[in-house]
Amino acid sequence: MRILVVEDDKDVAGFVVRGLREAGHVVEHASNGRDGLFMAVSESYDAVILDRMLPGGVDGLSILETLRAQKHTVPVLFLSALADVDERVRGLKAGGDDYLTKPFAFAELLARVEALARRGKGDAPVVKLIVEDLELDLLSRQVKRAGQKIDLQPREFRLLEYLIRHAGQVVTRTMLLEGVWDYHFDPQTNVIDVHISRLRQKIDKPFPVPLIHTVRNAGYMLRAEPV
Amino acid sequence: MNRRLVAPTPGPETHAHGGRGGAFLRSAGVRFAAIYAALLSLSAIALAVSLWWATVGLLDRKTEQEILTDSQALALRWDEAGLAGLVAAVDERLARDIEDDKIYLLADPSNRRISGNLSRWPAEVIGQKMWYDLPIARAGARLLSRVAQFDLPGGFHLLVGRDIVVHTRLLSLLTGALPWALGVVLVMAGLGALLVRDLFRRMLANVSATAAAIAGGDFTQRVRLSGKGDEFDQLAETINEMLDRIVRLMEGVRQVSNAIAHDLRTPIARARSRLEDASLHAESPAELHAAIDRATADLDGIAKVFQALLRIAEIEAGARRSAFAGFDLAPLLSDLAELYEAVAEERESRLDTDVPEHLPAYGDAAMIQQAVANLLDNAVKFSPTGGIVRLVATVQPNAIEISVIDHGPGIPSDDHARVTERFFRGEAARSTPGAGLGLALVQAVAQLHGGTLRLSDAAPGLCAVLSLPLPDAQPHG
Repeated sequence: MRILVVEDDKDVAGFVVRGLREAGHVVEHASNGRDGLFMAVSESYDAVILDRMLPGGVDGLSILETLRAQKHTVPVLFLSALADVDERVRGLKAGGDDYLTKPFAFAELLARVEALARRGKGDAPVVKLIVEDLELDLLSRQVKRAGQKIDLQPREFRLLEYLIRHAGQVVTRTMLLEGVWDYHFDPQTNVIDVHISRLRQKIDKPFPVPLIHTVRNAGYMLRAEPV
Repeated sequence: MNRRLVAPTPGPETHAHGGRGGAFLRSAGVRFAAIYAALLSLSAIALAVSLWWATVGLLDRKTEQEILTDSQALALRWDEAGLAGLVAAVDERLARDIEDDKIYLLADPSNRRISGNLSRWPAEVIGQKMWYDLPIARAGARLLSRVAQFDLPGGFHLLVGRDIVVHTRLLSLLTGALPWALGVVLVMAGLGALLVRDLFRRMLANVSATAAAIAGGDFTQRVRLSGKGDEFDQLAETINEMLDRIVRLMEGVRQVSNAIAHDLRTPIARARSRLEDASLHAESPAELHAAIDRATADLDGIAKVFQALLRIAEIEAGARRSAFAGFDLAPLLSDLAELYEAVAEERESRLDTDVPEHLPAYGDAAMIQQAVANLLDNAVKFSPTGGIVRLVATVQPNAIEISVIDHGPGIPSDDHARVTERFFRGEAARSTPGAGLGLALVQAVAQLHGGTLRLSDAAPGLCAVLSLPLPDAQPHG
């Protein structure tokens, strides 16, 4: 995927660019707001990682506002040290698709950017999500694995739905907390791990091939092949 | 710090503002004093005018009235008895005039005297309906009289007057006293002005001395109250309240920065030594990676503490009050219960929930969510194996109460007041993960909503009650 990184901090930018390239993406980098805006407008990217505070007179928020004013729909992830709830709300209101605060773990950034970039690609309404022998019927809200019906609590269903929608991608614990529970705080205990382990009991345990995998230092991934 | 206490040397600033005189006129005390003096002078003048009107003016008007009445009576005599009758009447009046203050003169058409106590018609009197003040020499003294002319049929003229020398004396008495009075008024105004200015300064000196002391770093100073409960006392109280709040905030800042310095030193030191150790002693790339990963996790922990601190600060600043809205607390609590039920189950304890079907509340839902999550987190964390954690929400007459009760080790009641301080960790909590910020956040959220966080002994365990005001008690809009 083609990703633009607009970030003025040399170390952070270098780290992010190297990491994204290692993950197999084509990455371009702008170190100030003006260049960033120019590149975002003139080229086509699958996702843009945008710092809020940038030199060059154009900050991240105005870059995004300009893009959205021109009907540019490229997914944008804010990467900012501005961590207040209000700042986050401002970033998302301006048209940002995701907001990650510094300091961050690279795995978190990668998972979120990949989720964003993929989401941008034709999200046609589906009624059935299928991975291998696991079937999720969104209308009847029924789950089947290998033709066998599995009973899930509503929240477990949503957790599984989120995992299947991001099948083959890493989803982090924060992404799950935000995407499934809509919580934007950091619970101190391992609540997500506990819920994943409950889900595994129902989805994976009775079957020979596990689908939910733990990705070390990052989160979880749902797919047939082991990680 | 001490530098600020040094008196400023007069610099170019003084000139820029028009020098000493300008400063004097700009003084509010001097202005109030001037206003006081002006008001006092004005009222003195008003008093003098009314005094004149009430004395000299009254006498004048009375005299004029007398002259008119007298002349009308005389005109009546002319009508009844003609010239002879009038002459007789005039003579009779003069004869009866013991005080010797009446003046009559009857003259023929060519102004020759017929009768009366004036020797000739005064040249100044030339017509009716006017008052004349004539100096008249009688018995060797020059006296002042007020006279008027009345024309009679047949071209005869009658002059009636009254001696007004008494009025003049009174007037001169008054005018003579006026400079003195003026002097007294000026002295009084001046003294009063000084007094007003002084009073003003004294009132302000109290406030300004306190402010100066605080600017100099002494935060124990407060504005003295006179105890009269007047406007100055009200001002002083407001200022003192403000100072108390500032001191509390400063104390909070100091406490937090101390806590940061002390409590974050340990994890930073740990991360640092891990990295240094790895750099010096790691024998394989795998070992190096493991050490770096652990140090990164340590740093993440530090970042989390900062995040929590910033969040508490954000809540305490009250900026989030703009996000307040009405919402149903019941599903919010059920969702949280569901989130932590699994955790409790994993620890082989249980989470029981007792929440009404609907629980209308007013505030920042996300924050209350986080506060209750922190309470549940603590409760589940400290609950013993097989223990029961209870989440109960009730509507009290004036508050919504969210109680989280566990049967863990609890918190000694001596520590109840301190657990909401940032970084405070009770004895029982030393061995569990956490930074000691959870309850500080709950407390901040409670305060922001105008509610309270109460802790009590659940014998055994802890009962934490987050009490939020009812939605009706909240200002809307």
